[in-house]
Amino acid sequence: MIRKLFAKHDNWFFKAGFFITAFMVLLVLIGQIWTPYDPAAMDAAAKAQGPSLAHLMGTDYFGRDIFSRVLEGAGATLVIAFFVVLLGAGLGTLVGALTGYFGGVVDEVLMRICDALTAFPSVLLALIILAVLGPGRLNVIGVLALVFIPSFARIVRTEYARIKKLNYISLAKLQGISTPRILLKHILPNIMPVLLPAVSIGFNNAVLAEASMSFLGVGVSASEVSLGRMLSDSQNYILRGLPWYAIFVGLTIVLLILGFSLLGEGLRRED
Amino acid sequence: MNFVLKKLGTLLLTLLILSFVAYAAFEMVGDPVNQILGTNASPEDVAALRESLGLNKPLLVRYLRWLTGFISGDLGDSYIYRIPVSGMIGDKLGVTVFLTLMGFALTLLFSVPLGVYGARREGSWADRLLTVVNQIVMAVPAFFVAILLMVLFGVVLRLFTPGSFVPFEESPGAFLLYMIFPALSIAVPRTAMTAKMLRSSILGEMQQDYVRTAYSRGHNRQSALKAHAFKNALLPVISFMASTMAEMLAGCIVIEQIFSIPGIGRLLMVSISNRDIPVVEAIVMILAVWVMLVHFLGEVVGEMLDPRRRA
Amino acid sequence: MKKRIPALLLAAVLLLTLTACGEGGNKPTSATKPSTGADARKEANEIYVGIAQDLSSSLGPYQLSTAGTREVMFNVFEGLYKADRTGDFKPALATGYTVSDDGLTYTFTLREGVKFHNGAVMTAQDVIYSYNTCASSSVDSSIKKILENVTGIKEDGGKVVMTLAQPNSDFIAYVGSVYISPAAYTDQDTQPVGTGPFKFESRTVQDNIVLSRFDDYWGDKAGLSKVTFKIFENATALVTALDAGALDLVAHLSISQVGGLSKDYQVLEGSMNLVQALYLNHEVTPLNDIRVRRALCYAVDVDAMLTLTAEGHGHKLGSSIYPSFQKYFDESLVNAYPHDEAKAKELLAAAGYANGFDLTITVPGNYTPHVDTAMVLAEQLKAVGIRATVQEVEWNTWLTDVYQGHKFQATVCGFDASTLTAAALLGRYESTSSKNMCSYKSVQFDAFMQEAASITDDARRTELYKAAAKCLSDDAVNVYLQDLADFVAIRSTLKGYEFYPIYVMDLSKVTY
Repeated sequence: MIRKLFAKHDNWFFKAGFFITAFMVLLVLIGQIWTPYDPAAMDAAAKAQGPSLAHLMGTDYFGRDIFSRVLEGAGATLVIAFFVVLLGAGLGTLVGALTGYFGGVVDEVLMRICDALTAFPSVLLALIILAVLGPGRLNVIGVLALVFIPSFARIVRTEYARIKKLNYISLAKLQGISTPRILLKHILPNIMPVLLPAVSIGFNNAVLAEASMSFLGVGVSASEVSLGRMLSDSQNYILRGLPWYAIFVGLTIVLLILGFSLLGEGLRRED
Repeated sequence: MNFVLKKLGTLLLTLLILSFVAYAAFEMVGDPVNQILGTNASPEDVAALRESLGLNKPLLVRYLRWLTGFISGDLGDSYIYRIPVSGMIGDKLGVTVFLTLMGFALTLLFSVPLGVYGARREGSWADRLLTVVNQIVMAVPAFFVAILLMVLFGVVLRLFTPGSFVPFEESPGAFLLYMIFPALSIAVPRTAMTAKMLRSSILGEMQQDYVRTAYSRGHNRQSALKAHAFKNALLPVISFMASTMAEMLAGCIVIEQIFSIPGIGRLLMVSISNRDIPVVEAIVMILAVWVMLVHFLGEVVGEMLDPRRRA
Repeated sequence: MKKRIPALLLAAVLLLTLTACGEGGNKPTSATKPSTGADARKEANEIYVGIAQDLSSSLGPYQLSTAGTREVMFNVFEGLYKADRTGDFKPALATGYTVSDDGLTYTFTLREGVKFHNGAVMTAQDVIYSYNTCASSSVDSSIKKILENVTGIKEDGGKVVMTLAQPNSDFIAYVGSVYISPAAYTDQDTQPVGTGPFKFESRTVQDNIVLSRFDDYWGDKAGLSKVTFKIFENATALVTALDAGALDLVAHLSISQVGGLSKDYQVLEGSMNLVQALYLNHEVTPLNDIRVRRALCYAVDVDAMLTLTAEGHGHKLGSSIYPSFQKYFDESLVNAYPHDEAKAKELLAAAGYANGFDLTITVPGNYTPHVDTAMVLAEQLKAVGIRATVQEVEWNTWLTDVYQGHKFQATVCGFDASTLTAAALLGRYESTSSKNMCSYKSVQFDAFMQEAASITDDARRTELYKAAAKCLSDDAVNVYLQDLADFVAIRSTLKGYEFYPIYVMDLSKVTY
């Protein structure tokens, strides 16, 4: 599968994106099983230190190991992004497939609403709803998934509307193949070239959105870690001559986003 | 005409959906009465204030009352401050609009030359380098850029004083100096995206038949680019710029927090935590109108520039 | 036409950037020295004070609903008596008072020639008006309650005579909180007028409040001619502004915020005058079990918490009285529950929770010190098997759900005393109090409080309040933690800042 993708997308965007993302995901997976320190363990004897061999990225004011927390935070951010994309793309595909294939009044109404919602910056909408609901991982996932649905729905709808007019679908219909089967087996695989880059960019946007929300303090809660939350905390350290915290956390965010955006770009190009 | 009506319909629908979502969301989390009265108030005082603000009416009644007010041009009074919302928003809106426009202007200033240069020198080492740098810069969130800029220029180099925003009326110079850094923060990631977009759009146009015809008529690459491709390549870029404007507005909310700029983004965040629904509603409506208007303008300009339509 | 659009845009951009750069360039100060305006402010004898939230919507003397508002308006309003920095009440708008032997009649002699900020001279009628208005409209229900006890107030030859239904030897403390405002002045909400050393100049909501020196002040005039309070809701932005030199004075900072601050500032340490505790809801299991609450007290290591959150600064409490309240503070309660994990486990096992339990600590997310404390406590509780999670909520949600709705298990927050009385700190535990967030019910405690409120013998009252405070410790009502250290960063060129035993910021003695 991966080899097939590499053959199809033989460009440096895809390669670089794939390796950066694979590296980050691997790091995060390792972080789920093992971190140098307990990310929550506090140690008054090792407060606010710069990077050292004992603490690769230094420690924060509670003496917690920043490297361990970055691993956990990146994991948390990725998990949030994963569920946001899963729900957003899943529901978006469902809505888009149904409306695109069947058309009609429901299609018209739903697409008007989607148009209306995509016109308003999704991050802004998420920010407002989240600020009202209050912080928490589940809230972030729910709200971001919700605001991501319309963009996926629109992409998928266009494709379904286009493909349903093609000959092979009419043929399939004549053969008496059930509609769900046509939707799933005959059309869905053929929209992958469009859906895959969108999913990758979706990850990119989800990481960015989660980081922004948590940075503003409306994302995850205090006892949950996330990169945005850590970056927001780290600002105080910069002013006190400890810029490392912010730099490491910022770079982690950049790498995550870079990986997904390169991957999305690579998937879009067919050479 | 049909086109305009359709757009107008979408705009109204958006406003209706957004305003109701905002109202309904607040229904779940309660009202500002406790905030206004503090921790030492008696339950009777709380009930009395709730009554006087009309908060004991059902959601739909309050929403419709707000809606009719809004339609007749009355933004209502702030629950917290009991002063007209329009007065609270006034100056702050100007600041945010200025910040967005300045960010937008900076984006144009840098992205257009970069995009054109990349397209002109396609494949050269400079173009490759630009592409790589672009791709990386695109991945840097605006708030991270903001932190870096503020620390570097504000705390280390002391070119400006973070936290000492000066209103335009007081000193236009100091105002501009203060705004340039937040504007840069929102412009940097967007510049990379726009440059990339423009470059690939121009290259796409260069493949078109009419440009090839121009080649065959003796135009070289440069003049073909100048005469034909650039203009047409701007078309997709313009609609992209419209969404840039919208995203920048969202970006402003974060940036205003970091740089302590008294814009509507900060007012929005504070008003949300204050449960000051009239202010939140007004700002959401303004943002929505602004965003829709920009999209609309983008499409109109696109129509005007489109050669297929002109003919 | 179409050709010109990009060109025009570009030209506009260029112009804009050039102006910006030009302005930056021809400012000689910007390149060499921070153009923070600090020198200009010193020249003008004014200061910028950074505050973390906007004041309450009304600035009226009886509508000061938040501690942050009271702290600022302390400079504008005064009562007949006024607290000084030791917590004593000194004559202010009155020059003295006498009490009848039965403790029911107070006669205040008013100071002559006191002027309000609007130029009017204070009369006995103003005082009577103020007491009546306060009694009917104060947002502080405890003051209202005390004023209900005042059955009569009248003028008697320039003096003001107040009659109480029941004696109350704390009365003078409340007199300090009833600010005097000019009779029939109706713009107090937006244009407050008092008699204090500073007068209100202007307010831009969510941006700033400006006070200026009142030149006709009856006492020692303020040292500064103008004070601008600037609002920074974002804690990081506040500290950044301080670091950049945009502010001259910021109070209520934490140790991590003042550590490494530039030499332009000196850092003063006082205390916040708050009772910070892990407040427990006695209506939920297992916290209704005294053994579980005691286990929590033993499981928490306050010293370690202080080391982590404040490098050891802060004062341990033991009950709902903070140390600067010397008269009622009981040192022996501080170590009533020394850190002892074995004992905590033992108590938990006895209560049937040998394997611990899940605990949600709800905290108002905008108060960093409370969030920090909660996070450390959650870690400490893990050691005895209690699985604690910290849930941040908005201040408003906290007020509605936790404070009023009692929908919580545990919370970390701090309560201040709105008046300098023991009742202000202990009254919330009376079983009938609407402020009894923990739903603590103790016949013994109520009896102490009721007796204390009704007698005039001060020594006996003190004893009773101390006994009541001990009840809170014995019953492990809450895990009492600390009175937070209050760090004030003040420009080195300024002097005269003083700490008070209540939450106020007295700027009248600050000078360059």
